[in-house]
Amino acid sequence: MSAALSVRDLRVSFKTLLGTVQAVRGINFDVEPGEVLGVVGESGSGKSVSFLGIMGLLGRSAVIEGSAKVGDVELVGASPRTMRKVRGSEMAMIFQDPLSALNPVHRVGAQVAEMLLAHQHDMTKAQARARAIELLDIVGIPQPDQRARQYAHEFSGGMRQRVMIAMAIANNPKVLIADEPTTALDVTVQAQILEVIDRIRKEMGTAVVLITHDLGVVARMADRVQVMYAGRVVERGDVHSIFQQPDHPYTRGLLHSLPGLGRERLTPIPGAPPNMLQPPSGCAFRARCAHATEACAGELPELVSVRRTETACVRATELEVIS
Amino acid sequence: MLRYILRRLLWAIPTLLLVTFVVYCALRIATNPLASYARSNPRLAKQPAKMAQYIEVNGLWDGPGGYVRGYLKWLTGFVTGDWQPSIKGSRPVWPNLKDALVNSVRLGLVASAVGILVGLTLGVFAALRPGKLRDTVVNTGALIGFSVQPFISAVLLQLLLSVQWSKWFGEPLLPTSGMYPPGHKGFDLFLMLKYMAMPVIVVSIQSVAAYSRYMRASLLDVLSSDYLRTARAKGISERRVLVTHALRNALVPIVTLAALDIGLVVGGLIISEGVFEYPGMGMFFLTAQSNGDFPELMPWMVVITSSVIVFNLLADLAYAWLDPRIRLD
Amino acid sequence: MTDTTASTASDASIGVLTESISPRRMALKRYMNNRAAVVSAVVLLVIVLFVALAPFTTRYGINESIYDAEEAPNQFLTPFGKAWFGTDGNGRDLYSRIIFGARVSLLIGLFTGLISVAIGTVVGAFAGLKGGRLDDLIMRMTDIALALPFLVVLVIARGVLENVSWATSVIGESTSVRFTVILLAVFGWMGVARLVRGQVKQLKEREFVEAARALGATTPRIMFRHLLPNAVGQIMVALTLAVVGAITAEATLSFFGWGPDAGSGMTSLGLLIRDSKKAVPPGYWWLVVFPGVFFVILSLCINFIGDGLRDAVDPKMQQEVK
Repeated sequence: MSAALSVRDLRVSFKTLLGTVQAVRGINFDVEPGEVLGVVGESGSGKSVSFLGIMGLLGRSAVIEGSAKVGDVELVGASPRTMRKVRGSEMAMIFQDPLSALNPVHRVGAQVAEMLLAHQHDMTKAQARARAIELLDIVGIPQPDQRARQYAHEFSGGMRQRVMIAMAIANNPKVLIADEPTTALDVTVQAQILEVIDRIRKEMGTAVVLITHDLGVVARMADRVQVMYAGRVVERGDVHSIFQQPDHPYTRGLLHSLPGLGRERLTPIPGAPPNMLQPPSGCAFRARCAHATEACAGELPELVSVRRTETACVRATELEVIS
Repeated sequence: MLRYILRRLLWAIPTLLLVTFVVYCALRIATNPLASYARSNPRLAKQPAKMAQYIEVNGLWDGPGGYVRGYLKWLTGFVTGDWQPSIKGSRPVWPNLKDALVNSVRLGLVASAVGILVGLTLGVFAALRPGKLRDTVVNTGALIGFSVQPFISAVLLQLLLSVQWSKWFGEPLLPTSGMYPPGHKGFDLFLMLKYMAMPVIVVSIQSVAAYSRYMRASLLDVLSSDYLRTARAKGISERRVLVTHALRNALVPIVTLAALDIGLVVGGLIISEGVFEYPGMGMFFLTAQSNGDFPELMPWMVVITSSVIVFNLLADLAYAWLDPRIRLD
Repeated sequence: MTDTTASTASDASIGVLTESISPRRMALKRYMNNRAAVVSAVVLLVIVLFVALAPFTTRYGINESIYDAEEAPNQFLTPFGKAWFGTDGNGRDLYSRIIFGARVSLLIGLFTGLISVAIGTVVGAFAGLKGGRLDDLIMRMTDIALALPFLVVLVIARGVLENVSWATSVIGESTSVRFTVILLAVFGWMGVARLVRGQVKQLKEREFVEAARALGATTPRIMFRHLLPNAVGQIMVALTLAVVGAITAEATLSFFGWGPDAGSGMTSLGLLIRDSKKAVPPGYWWLVVFPGVFFVILSLCINFIGDGLRDAVDPKMQQEVK
């Protein structure tokens, strides 16, 4: 079974006033149809930028290199025409803040219908409107025919995010990228939205990439997890393995820093993320890693299978013995 | 919506009354109608009985009480259509005011149309490639336009296109003043446009500068918004993204500004009309002011103020119509 | 945030960002990037120097003919060696008169601007902070005054001030510079007040104000020690706008003869442009072009500087490095 999304050696950099920022420095991964890949990392890790880059939504100052294929279509360096064909039909994205992500002056139903009409060329406007109402119903919006005529600001946060999902799945995309879909929502609403996404992926077989910094969301939804730091993937594995037997010091630090019953004090990871204008040599995490040695300053560590996960740490096997 | 309009109009009345009262007091102090009358009619000035009569007829009593009484007298006269004649020449005010209004509206609308069309186009042109050459050119051009005040561009244009042109080519390209050649009767579109050309250019310079800046700012704002990113993520054509999403949103504040701007057209062209002696509201004001002609200045002020109030209301209505987030209450 | 130089070296090798740029330096850096703003600042400085060093930089006195009429005709001469910008109807050197005129205009612009900003900042900050009825009242007043055509409002106000007997003794004759400054300042503060009020309203919602209140700070203290320092950038922009606005207003008033005119050859940029109007029919182009172009350049420089300042201090323009 070929992967829905296949990424090889993806690199993204930005030209700014202060210099060139290397946001993504060579990542490789596949997402299979029907699976949920959770992508975890702090702000600045490159988790959002990599997917915005693949979709071509980063603007003129961004330079994207490497390869990203949806099915057989290569997206890096593709013509604007190809990109427009892929966006919204093969690959769709939902964003963090649904209030600002929806056009405030267009009716909600029209925005969903626009998605349909852009890619399904033999659909009439009336058909699109009807289908839009159906989609709103599928994502669980009550009285969809009435609500389709309303505007974004007349919906609650959770409802708005459902609208975004309806829009995203309108053309049955192979890949759905959800960039922090629940971060702006209440905790109770978060669970509902995740459930909607889950249901859709089961019914439609969509490959889902769930980008988040919230490990709880990942634990609930993801099949596999990919941890990113400073523009690189530092660890990857199925969700159980990552949570039960993480090998990379950063992953371990993340899990340790979660507040838990029985822990008296919070243990954050010391230090701060590195400056991506001049990324450090070798492993970017070594400034904050308790186990860093001179070997860590050498080449960029590659992902290697250690125990149950793949880890990008040259000392992983040694540390396994220690821990 | 209807309730809102009614409520605004209801509020407009006391506002208008208050403003006209303040203006009444200010103009009476500033122009001293009695003294102006005496200046224009020196023989009558020597007859105290005639002067006292003038005071009674026109409500020019002194003191705070006198001013209030005088205002009320003026107000009743104004509302019933019984307007005092001008001080100089004792002419009825309305016919000249009406003509001046029509002329200014003509000039103002043409200049606004040019300003809006050209300005908005330039603004869009610049915003699509921010930071690049075209953006810098438009931005710099707009600032230069702002800095070239009407009295400067008017005089320079007169020099160039009329006087110097005659020296080089024998005849001026465009006439320097008025609306028709002296003695002309009737309506002639081509001639009128010829005479309006320079005033329109002068006013347009500032108009184009302003609208290109507004549009550029508004469009840049919209282009960096999240919903624009969503629109692109949908894979719709770039043209549709720009028109249906970007422009549609960027135009909302512009329409409001345009409505306010147009409201100012009736009173705002004083300089241009003055330099080119174009017989509009601006010239009317200048002549009346230099004569201290109170009976002409008051109705003029009422027209101006009403225009501002009405177009303010239109601007708010337009905003609410275009942006569903705005609730009118 | 300070760092010792010792740690900087080793930190740099592992890519940790230790140097922090203060907002002021960031703003200065952004301003310097704006070529037009920098050139304008330089040009303005040159103009100000020329004007300030007036008796040395001018070639003749303000009312002085370049040579006696008996020696040779001195009226309306085109530019030549003895008079770089030509002469006017009284045989006076236009170049020198432009410098003297600019001095008057710049002084009016500067004083009006400073007074407008002083009053406008205090009123605007107060209105923005207190809110409520007072805020509403001030906003309505300024709304109406700003909605009517500016020239009309100025002329009427001028008329009123002229004819109120006690006003002229305090403010000065209606043809004096002092009168013009006060007249312009009476309306000039309104625009500044609105700008500052808007800024204060935004800042008011931020946590550091809440923190200051929690520590017991009084309103004036919050205003002066917390809000205004943060609004300095916007206030500086408002100052440039006020100055160029005042210079333009003075020129407009003088154009119609309602500006300062103390006689004995005294002139301002506006008066020079007013005189240029009469020079059009006979075609004495130098009397029209030089004052006009000079005014445009002056206006342009201040506008560019204001624009540069606005871009430099605007937090939205910061490049995000995520």
